[in-house]
Amino acid sequence: MTPLTATAVGKRYGRRWAVRDCTFSLPEGKVVALVGPNGAGKSTLLRMAAGLVRPTTGELRAFDTPVRGRIHPDVSFLAQDRPLHGHLTVREMIRLVAALNDRWSTDRVEEMLALQAGVDRDATIRTLSAGTRTQVAIALALGRLPRLLLLDEPLSDLDPLARDETLRIIMAEVADRGTTVVMSSHLLADLREVCDHMLLIDDGQVQIDGDIDDVLARHRILVGPAADETAVQGALVSATRTPRQTTMLVRDPQPTPHGWTGTEPDLESLVMGYLRAARDRSARRD
Amino acid sequence: MLTGVIEFRIDRHSGVSTYVQIVQQVKQAMRLGLLAPGDRLPSAREVVDATAVNPNTVLKAYRELEREGLAQGRRGLGTFITKSLASEATAGDDAPLRKELGRWMGHAREGGLVVEDVDALYSAVRDEHYPAEERS
Repeated sequence: MTPLTATAVGKRYGRRWAVRDCTFSLPEGKVVALVGPNGAGKSTLLRMAAGLVRPTTGELRAFDTPVRGRIHPDVSFLAQDRPLHGHLTVREMIRLVAALNDRWSTDRVEEMLALQAGVDRDATIRTLSAGTRTQVAIALALGRLPRLLLLDEPLSDLDPLARDETLRIIMAEVADRGTTVVMSSHLLADLREVCDHMLLIDDGQVQIDGDIDDVLARHRILVGPAADETAVQGALVSATRTPRQTTMLVRDPQPTPHGWTGTEPDLESLVMGYLRAARDRSARRD
Repeated sequence: MLTGVIEFRIDRHSGVSTYVQIVQQVKQAMRLGLLAPGDRLPSAREVVDATAVNPNTVLKAYRELEREGLAQGRRGLGTFITKSLASEATAGDDAPLRKELGRWMGHAREGGLVVEDVDALYSAVRDEHYPAEERS
């Protein structure tokens, strides 16, 4: 069953469309990077998928059930502000969330927290470091035994060690239970090594949707003489030019023409190419 | 904590995708005789505990090794090496070619070459003997 599908989903706040005409379908068991610049619509999309925000147009379905005003029982969502009660202890917080959920496993929460050395169950939440707070919040999200885990910017504000520990919890969940994970970030470098699927959102729309290795293999960066651009065949995504030299990002290219060099892009250059193209389109529209 | 025989080292900045790094490290270990038929590769969870990589990537690498006929997954048990890539020419510290290369490396060092010089020389000579278009 498909964990999450979006059909022509849009969300308008006043006169501004935060998300426009988004259609995609997430493959089961994947770790999905939801990437895009700040303000691209990532949080809005996740909040709609969690049933916290109602789409203006279109429909989202979680495990084939339309998302309407409440979160699907098989879905867990962690908002960017990590909503925990600061005055409770870790133990009290676990008990509170347990009482709020029909399907719940305190054992699972404890198991995931055990991956971390030194989370004091009697510490008050507000005294915890940002990293520990995030890890407690993720462990609580896993207590629902989700089949789809939605994480909004789970790695922001974390130091390198906390970041590594947090990823370890999420990856252990994927290895143990085959959970589908969607993680958003405006920093691509955060996600590249742990995700196998990407959803690139910019300007409210899906720019790339696919298996990361497949997407990279379908693209080439071609560098060659500016006078000879017509030699290149394939779908041009974006290009940068000097008087003599042209650098193009091309999708589904034909064999590299004579006088040009072609290399497979890395994830950063691919994403930059698409974002640049989206900027240019948006500038022309306005 | 690994019960498998090898541990993967993932270089996040090499530009080589994680799954290719895992495939290459398994093959390298097989060529050097560190992995032999019957050995179990570390489980996805074991690799996660050691390196925090995506377990799907580990499984993808193992599927690639299966596709190449080098390993086989057994349900509930893990993925096992089924073939030997080690030969007398490559396995063990006493392999004649290895000793010859060791002597060459010794001369290079005595001659004052730095590691970049050695790498450049090695790849140039390798490419002469193994042209890129002939490699699979």
